[in-house]
Amino acid sequence: MTQTLSAPPAEAVSKPTGRPRRGLSYSVYLIPSAVLFVAVILVPFVMNIGFSLTKWDGIGSPEWVGLDNYTKLLSDGTFWASFGHNVALVFAMAIIPLMIGLVLAAALFDFIAKRFGPRTAAVLRACVYLPQVLPFAVAGIVWAWILAPDNGALNSALKAVGLASLREDWLGDQKLALYTVMGVMIWVQIGFPLVVFMAGLQRVDPSLYEAADIDGASWWRKFWHITVPQIRPEIYVVLLTCTVAAIKSFDKIFILTKGGPGGATTVPAYYSYQNFFEKTQVGYGAAIATVLTLIIVAVTAVLISRQNKAEGADR
Amino acid sequence: MTSISAKRGVPARRPRATVHRRTPGAWAVLVSLAVLAVVMLLPFVIITFNAFKSPADYSSHGPLSVPKGLYLQGIKDFWERVDFGAKLVNSLIISGSVAILAVILSVLNAYALGIGRIKGRVSILVLFLLANTVPQEVLVYPLYFLSKKVGLYDTRLSIIIIFTAIQTAFGTYLLSSVLSAFPREILEAARMDGAGRFRVLWRVVVPISRPTLGVLFVFFFIWTWNEFFLPMIFLISNENQTVPVALGVLQGQKLMDATMTSASALLGIIPAVVFFLIFQRTLTRGITVGAVK
Repeated sequence: MTQTLSAPPAEAVSKPTGRPRRGLSYSVYLIPSAVLFVAVILVPFVMNIGFSLTKWDGIGSPEWVGLDNYTKLLSDGTFWASFGHNVALVFAMAIIPLMIGLVLAAALFDFIAKRFGPRTAAVLRACVYLPQVLPFAVAGIVWAWILAPDNGALNSALKAVGLASLREDWLGDQKLALYTVMGVMIWVQIGFPLVVFMAGLQRVDPSLYEAADIDGASWWRKFWHITVPQIRPEIYVVLLTCTVAAIKSFDKIFILTKGGPGGATTVPAYYSYQNFFEKTQVGYGAAIATVLTLIIVAVTAVLISRQNKAEGADR
Repeated sequence: MTSISAKRGVPARRPRATVHRRTPGAWAVLVSLAVLAVVMLLPFVIITFNAFKSPADYSSHGPLSVPKGLYLQGIKDFWERVDFGAKLVNSLIISGSVAILAVILSVLNAYALGIGRIKGRVSILVLFLLANTVPQEVLVYPLYFLSKKVGLYDTRLSIIIIFTAIQTAFGTYLLSSVLSAFPREILEAARMDGAGRFRVLWRVVVPISRPTLGVLFVFFFIWTWNEFFLPMIFLISNENQTVPVALGVLQGQKLMDATMTSASALLGIIPAVVFFLIFQRTLTRGITVGAVK
């Protein structure tokens, strides 16, 4: 009894002093991450900017050159070409898979699942999603082997069906290599938008489709006027994550082509790696990495602000 | 009798069932989707076939034939040559530690930001988001330089520390928005019972958010497992390498013949498919969580 009686006054006393302490004690929970972030992300990020203002081989002492590396970048053809290849990868990893994923998700969700049962739709979805769970290093080994010029599975298959004249050195031909890489990336990526969109479709009100059915709307009309607008948030999420992932591409290029042949598939991430560890031009590599970061932050900011605008227009 | 009436009952309850008839068009859509699924799986099938072929079988029948027998020597040779068991252990240690540590740190951060709503939480969240978008290339050389200075270069610990930070950035961002919708009444009730802040976190917030934390764990584990760039730079000695690094580096050296390459690819595929089967439910649910936020 006495305990319950004395408890409220104790609360009342501690409250005024408790307020300022409240903010303090919650921030305590951020301290471990704050330490980690300063050490692993903030300090290295600032150091990288510092490196980019020097000429340095990584061993001796860095020599201050100001913005020289950045002005050199402007007239570096390889650097510009690498961004061109990045745009191609944005198509292969974000835009094309997004469009295929949309159509596939709609087809599986409101066509196959309704006519052939949700299990059929789930199995088909799992097949398309499977490449997504592979480490890219492994997917790359699989494809480099399939696309090998001499005895690769693709060329052997072409020969077997009498199309031997279509055989190519898929990853070794300067004109073809980028398109081949794009094709592999589409294979890797389409599972991701598919799964996200199918999940999103589950929260769409089925009465919208029923009303459209009564009006006799065609499948394409329903797709454009119900499916796409209803899952717009998911479309933005996929577009953002896949675009950023495409711009960051490194392992795909490293495993499939090493940037070759003749720089035909070099991307900025790989180009900076080459400067850091192969050409030991640390300052120049750091400058490429810094510009790459600026581009990613800018793309992220643009996509997020467009998303917010679109969501604002809906309300 | 009952089954007949039940069958009749279905169309009665769903008057528009006729809309969902299996028309020839519907079959055409199903067939084309099935063809797509087969095309998606074809590379896996070809790799599996060739992993079980003897080199003689491969050289006389090419890459497309079905293996004449179950030849396991190629897989065994590759396993022993790269000490694959050790690579699996390295990958498990690194991915498991990162997933556990990053979930713990994400919870601590999200507790302060989502539930504590401390001052400046929006700018802190933006910082975490930025940390999550930064490409690894911008961190790699300074980290390489610093880890050599403190003697962590070429240790599994260095990769665990780095990826704990990178995954925590995403986890904090996601979990903060999840926890900011945490029911206030439950928190108030716990406080009324005299629970301190840490007790509320440990006894109330963590148990109730367990499904989301499970999803984060799976994501962090698989993402870390699949990482290639930083592990390749940091883990140069054989005994520290992860599965993707060991396979990727070997592939780059072009020393393997066709059957051994497919054996290596198959060994790389198997763990990923095992995780996929174990985590499938959690994963699809998790992607939904991520998409809505």
